[in-house]
Amino acid sequence: MSRVFRWCTEHWVMGVALLVLGYLLLPIVVVAALSFNRPSSRLSYDFNEFTLDNWRNPCATSDMCDAVLRSVQIGFLATVAATALGTLVAFALARHRFRGRSGLNVLVFLPMATPELAMGTSLLALFVAGGVPLGFWTIVVAHVMFCLSFVVVTVKARLTGMDRRLEEAAMDLYASEWQTFRRITLPLVSPGIVAAALLAFSLSFDDFIITNFNSGTTVTFPMYVWGAAQRGIPPQVNVVGTAMFLTALLLVFATSVGGRRSRRAAEPGPRP
Amino acid sequence: MTALTQLPSGTERSSPRARWGRRRLLPYLLVLPGAAWLVLFFAMPVGQLAAASLYDPTGSISTGYAPAWAFGNYPAALRVYWPQFGRSFRYAGMALAVALVMGYPLAYAIARKAGRWKNLLLVCVIAPMFTSFLVRTLAWKTILSDNGALVGLLRDVHLLGPDGRLLATPIAVVLGLTYNFLPFLVLPLYASLERLDPRLLEAASDLYASPLATFRRVTLPLSMPGLVAGTLLFLIPATGDYINAELLGTPNEYMIGNVIDSAFLIRLDYPQGAALSFLLMSAILALVFGYLRRASPEDLL
Repeated sequence: MSRVFRWCTEHWVMGVALLVLGYLLLPIVVVAALSFNRPSSRLSYDFNEFTLDNWRNPCATSDMCDAVLRSVQIGFLATVAATALGTLVAFALARHRFRGRSGLNVLVFLPMATPELAMGTSLLALFVAGGVPLGFWTIVVAHVMFCLSFVVVTVKARLTGMDRRLEEAAMDLYASEWQTFRRITLPLVSPGIVAAALLAFSLSFDDFIITNFNSGTTVTFPMYVWGAAQRGIPPQVNVVGTAMFLTALLLVFATSVGGRRSRRAAEPGPRP
Repeated sequence: MTALTQLPSGTERSSPRARWGRRRLLPYLLVLPGAAWLVLFFAMPVGQLAAASLYDPTGSISTGYAPAWAFGNYPAALRVYWPQFGRSFRYAGMALAVALVMGYPLAYAIARKAGRWKNLLLVCVIAPMFTSFLVRTLAWKTILSDNGALVGLLRDVHLLGPDGRLLATPIAVVLGLTYNFLPFLVLPLYASLERLDPRLLEAASDLYASPLATFRRVTLPLSMPGLVAGTLLFLIPATGDYINAELLGTPNEYMIGNVIDSAFLIRLDYPQGAALSFLLMSAILALVFGYLRRASPEDLL
């Protein structure tokens, strides 16, 4: 009895944790299941009948695929711009002392502490006051804005965690500044930059609130789902949801295996 | 990266003075495009939002709004939409309470009990974010549906009346908020529990502290930075969210976001929408900076 009791006191935290994980993962299981569903009516959310049709014809409702494609385009443009601008800012913040540095820190921090609702409506107010037509490019501009801070934070964390002595060693060995940057600094920071870019893309692809205010008549994938929720959701939405999940999972798995391999290769000492 | 590449190419030839000048200029060049973007598309819009919240409310989007100092927009908007405003903070607070009860054991278990499964469990925590926010929220509609297994079970054990339901109730909205923002609470909490020195816990129990006393006097205070950061990262999006209220609730559960959305996009009442939006933003920022005076901002990032 006391052994059972002791086992319980030692493992109840893990038990609770697994239950909470179940709560977090349940909707994904439901999305995957619903991607194989033939719904009884357009407005039904219940599982009705197993089918492979949704996976065979993901573009049966063509405006959904257009929306996915548009989200990918916007995500790509926003990621490239935000990663480039954010990386430069991160280098400045991590490596240089200059006037206005603390002010810049606040400017980078504020978009992350502001509710999306306020940023979306602010931009809308500005665009309307300036007579800017809403659409594809206003969405891109908005996405670059809110992804930028996350890129700065991610790359800066990588830069401050880096061993400066490696660069000093390179300079001591007569590498020029440019060589040091290209052969030492850049390879060491690049995992941070890649992580920032992936984060920016996923933030942009999944953004609804800011996009909703600044899209005009342009429809991204989240906008499409929002509109469809009122008219009835095509089951193909769940196919896209499941495919997104699997792609991201694959990416995480690949980067962690790749990271482990390169770490092992970098380890000193004799190898079998 | 252009500024970086330009820098060292000419260093051999240029005089020390020119080099020094360029060195001093470099950080400003690096910062310029990003900072300009944030000023143009974050700071200026916020200023425009503040201006719009003071527009003369008698105008309309078609005839144009006259800039004015109509501070009356604020009390006028609050008089009508006070219930939704209060509800946003109430629901976010309730969701936070549920999330703390769920998230603390989860973060603790991953940081201290998971051993070699740690990374796998961490991936499970962020896994929900791999797929679309809206699609996941719609999945809750299926889970909580009146014909679903969950409602059936709760009716059988008489936790719900024979025609009781979960969907379209405040419970559904709070559960949805909890679900959507739980990872933001768990991750910083995990990070600070992970840093906790296990020898301190051993010392506490060597000194005859009960597990509860150890938790209360050692673990909890040391996890405070993560708790503060996680709470903020949870509350900022949860208070401004209106997707859960729209998809899982009814107009009786509408939060301030639903009102602001319809003010800007359906009713086209810009001064009112701007006033509510500016008010929400000020409330959240006051909360953030109030909290941050207790913890350093570095913990948040």
